[in-house]
Amino acid sequence: MTFRRYLVLAIVTITASCGDTFLARGMHSLGPVSLAHPAELIRAIFSPWVAAGIVLLIGFFASYLTALSFADLTYVLPATSLGYVIMTVLAKWWLHEHVSAWRWLGVLCITMGVGFVTRGPSWTEHPPASARSSESVQPHVEEALR
Amino acid sequence: MNAAPVLLATIGMIAAIVVTATAGDILMASALRQIGDLDIIRARSGLAGAAAAVVTNSRFGLGVVFLALSFFSLLYSLSHRELSLIGPAATSLTFVTNAVAAKFFLGENVDRRRWTAAIFVCVGVALLAF
Repeated sequence: MTFRRYLVLAIVTITASCGDTFLARGMHSLGPVSLAHPAELIRAIFSPWVAAGIVLLIGFFASYLTALSFADLTYVLPATSLGYVIMTVLAKWWLHEHVSAWRWLGVLCITMGVGFVTRGPSWTEHPPASARSSESVQPHVEEALR
Repeated sequence: MNAAPVLLATIGMIAAIVVTATAGDILMASALRQIGDLDIIRARSGLAGAAAAVVTNSRFGLGVVFLALSFFSLLYSLSHRELSLIGPAATSLTFVTNAVAAKFFLGENVDRRRWTAAIFVCVGVALLAF
């Protein structure tokens, strides 16, 4: 893993948590939206906080796809779950929400999980198709879909 | 109101979100594994080339369909049950199902370290509901 790749994982983490928080902030300030009036949802998209949240979530999706192109899914998902920690901290200090002791314990568990996974390898090397056919350890959907 | 049908309906809603989200994530990861490192493609063909490589991949398209199904399952569940129940339950279970599915369908090396991480994150996300 290079610094650039850790940076991509950091972008996934930050854009996801900040995007969700921005959306929550924007929707809270707009008040309840009724499904009977869908035009209100369209109007919500153009409010500054919601628009910024959508831009960040587009950034999240692009960086998430980039991360999946160089690291395993079982590495990317736990490694980027630090976003829940950022979201909890933002909820406490920015949105002034109550964060219980159980939630702080949850934050600790997630941080430990991230610590575990990021100390291991990020990518499973697959042997070439010819080598795999001679080994025939277990059939994968990768092969079935080809 | 009888508790058993309500419980079964809740389990069904959570299962629908988890199964579709897992299928979406696995297809998405499989597509990116097939396409290759996006940084290298971007350096070779530019940002438009990298975007074209992603959006023209059939597995990616199928993954998007499953993630959309997961999103609508979530919306449907939220109209019947509380966010504090559905959100953490679906998210935390998805970490475990993704680890199982990635091992069997993508052939990823899910060793003890990754299992421990998935379970810690799963428990952590569940605790965020309290």
